[in-house]
Amino acid sequence: MSGEKSGPDQSHSMTGAEIVVKALKDQGVEVVFGYPGGAVLPIYDEIFQQNEIRHILVRHEQGAAHAAEGYARSTGKPGVVLVTSGPGATNAVTGMTDALMDSIPIVVLTGQVPTFMIGNDAFQEADTVGITRPCTKHNWLVKETDALADTIHRAFHVATNGRPGPVLVDIPKDVQFAAGTYVPPKDARTRSYAPRTEGDPDAIQATVELLEQAERPVLYTGGGVINSGPKASQRLRDLADASSFPVTSTLMGLGAYPATGKSWVGMLGMHGTYEANMAMHDCDFMLCIGARFDDRITGRLDAFSPGSRKVHIDIDPSSINKNIHVDVPIIGDVGTVLDQIIELWKSRGAKTRAEGVAKWWRQIEDWRSVDCLRYANSEKSIKPQYALQRLEALTKDHDRYVCTEVGQHQMWAAQFMGFNEPNRWMTSGGLGTMGYGVPASIGVQIAHPESLVINVAGEASWLMTMQEMCTAVQYRLPVKQFIMNNERLGMVRQWQELLHGERYSHSYSEALPDFVKLAEAFGCKGIHCHDPADLDEAVKEMLAYDGPVIFDCLVEKHENCYPMIPSGKPHNEMLLGEASTEGAIGDSGAVLV
Amino acid sequence: MNSLVIKPGSSSHSAYNLRDVHAEVEERHTLGVLVDNEPGVLARVIGLFSGRGYNIESLTVAETDQLGHLSKITIVTTGTPAVIEQIKSQLGRLVPVHDVHDLTVEGDHLERELALVKVVATDEHRVEALRMADLLGARVVDVTHESFVFELAQTSSEVDRFIDLMRPLGLAEVTRTGVCAMMRGAGAAE
Ligand SMILES: Cc1ncc(C[n+]2csc(CCOP(=O)(O)OP(=O)(O)O)c2C)c(N)n1
Ligand SMILES: [Mg+2]
Repeated sequence: MSGEKSGPDQSHSMTGAEIVVKALKDQGVEVVFGYPGGAVLPIYDEIFQQNEIRHILVRHEQGAAHAAEGYARSTGKPGVVLVTSGPGATNAVTGMTDALMDSIPIVVLTGQVPTFMIGNDAFQEADTVGITRPCTKHNWLVKETDALADTIHRAFHVATNGRPGPVLVDIPKDVQFAAGTYVPPKDARTRSYAPRTEGDPDAIQATVELLEQAERPVLYTGGGVINSGPKASQRLRDLADASSFPVTSTLMGLGAYPATGKSWVGMLGMHGTYEANMAMHDCDFMLCIGARFDDRITGRLDAFSPGSRKVHIDIDPSSINKNIHVDVPIIGDVGTVLDQIIELWKSRGAKTRAEGVAKWWRQIEDWRSVDCLRYANSEKSIKPQYALQRLEALTKDHDRYVCTEVGQHQMWAAQFMGFNEPNRWMTSGGLGTMGYGVPASIGVQIAHPESLVINVAGEASWLMTMQEMCTAVQYRLPVKQFIMNNERLGMVRQWQELLHGERYSHSYSEALPDFVKLAEAFGCKGIHCHDPADLDEAVKEMLAYDGPVIFDCLVEKHENCYPMIPSGKPHNEMLLGEASTEGAIGDSGAVLV
Repeated sequence: MNSLVIKPGSSSHSAYNLRDVHAEVEERHTLGVLVDNEPGVLARVIGLFSGRGYNIESLTVAETDQLGHLSKITIVTTGTPAVIEQIKSQLGRLVPVHDVHDLTVEGDHLERELALVKVVATDEHRVEALRMADLLGARVVDVTHESFVFELAQTSSEVDRFIDLMRPLGLAEVTRTGVCAMMRGAGAAE
């Protein structure tokens, strides 16, 4: 593909716009999510004249960024976004911030006003590199066509190496028109950015010694395992299975270790399982693998896992000792470091304190018997937990990818759906972006046209980016939008109930569309269900339909998501199940988010 | 209320310090940061400090290697030990940053600051200012019948002291560069 026109001499003159398209091809890009405008017209003109790169026209630039995230998260390859200057760029800011928080590699190309107009408040001028500096891993304004190819290749390198993240290349229109020299990826100046991937041998040794002595171990895993690639997930499985150490995961890491695996204790954190959080609290050895001790995970910091020795594997040194002080920091790539740990541990005889660990498992089973996800089912209304249990039962054997929006439905999906492979679960964890799921599901479906792609949505989140259903229809993407419609900003309502004296300030939409009619207006199939007795048939109808579906699942309106560790509380003060919550959360918790 | 309160972790010893973050003493550190001299690099560094709520006491920057397009930034910052560690690793994470040296930790180093100090004075004050300047190693770089501009390159505390001494003698204006710093000895940061 690369250089077929140019022969052995790949360094030759082209226009900036040609260089952009050539660089994308040489980076192996197959799909670009974008939206045109004045400042990127030369690039769109080039895209028009070729067939190798597919351009997906979204309906809002935020959608382009989230679609690229969904594409990246489900494939392990970087997602690419192309938008115009000014409003095109500012609309993509939420998506970049989301990708930064969740370490998702995306490359955003923005048009800019011509170099000679920069700084003059020209039409559709915005200081894009200034605005996006804090929400990208790195960004560049390219002022000369000769620097363009090199910059784009470096952008891909930075996005995908070390801790992945979003990068942005801002390209003024005159740079797109002018002629310049192309350089292929191998000649780009990428060497200066080379994060360390191998763990320090002394730290590996210390870890293995702690591992051998542990009686109450926990493997606390996160999104870093998935970002590191399939090998890391495999190594995690190897380690967990060989040691029989219990495995828990953050929201971002679900699927790295299979939910059907024998060491799985469920998700941890604010809405994690009782057994996972209790194990975190009471363990004597915590191996944190590609997670970052986020506040949703730790709860009250000074009461976090007080009796454990902690090892933290992370490729980003700034994640280590940020919130929680650890005994053994290991800077490196999760897959590589797990390799090192397993190799050394095996060479020393793969010892564990089997008796202690067996006793620990009995304790965990005890906690598991609390059955923390139990809920009172109803015959009158569809309980959201029931809806997801049925959705799980009816889809788990499919080749399935699940996206979510943000809110109660997201937490229930994490609790009630099981993921047995990495890259199958796309959710906005760090930023908690309502509106992520619709475009993310489109990006996933583009990457996996034959698979079942479901977006588990709340009605409020879904409305934020629903215009992307046009994109789904245009490209015949059979995404299934499973809207858990509680006619409430459910998660906000829950916090108002628990923390703000049941004063439900603006957490209720008095006007919602008729989702079935809306589906028809978009050219999708609409399904409505409100009776638990009809649910299975309705879900099957959704699955059988070969095209995009908007499923309006009317659920119980006042259900709360449990278990819950209120902000500012330690892990062992978890709220379980419906109850009067007076006094459960102190004023100091109410100031936390 | 259905909250289950389970007895805390069975092990009494704590693997980490349950320290009260507020009780910790703030330390002052001088950092030497080697960066690519590319557009926006200073904005990245400053944005990191303001965005994450870190302190900057002083910051100096200039290109130090023209061929390699490298600049040296010297930052003086204050914070608890944990915050200082975060500052260093957050700086290290910026793509154009090559190296972060904590000179305060790494050992014996030099810190210098350049100051221009204008004193407007006549008669005895004028004589006294000149005498003090001579004693403290300040040079006269501009002179009129009623004013001097002194230049001195010293440690920050010596600059402070000089300014304090000039105050009663007619101190009119001060410009300071902030600290620039380097390790003593033969080792080089580049
Ligand atoms: C863009 C954005 N705005 C506001 C919020 C705050 N927020 C978090 S959850 C939530 C309610 C979500 O409602 P819905 O999508 O219906 O999901 P539910 O909780 O009802 O399942 C809100 C407003 C957010 N996370 N993102
Ligand atoms: Mg809702």
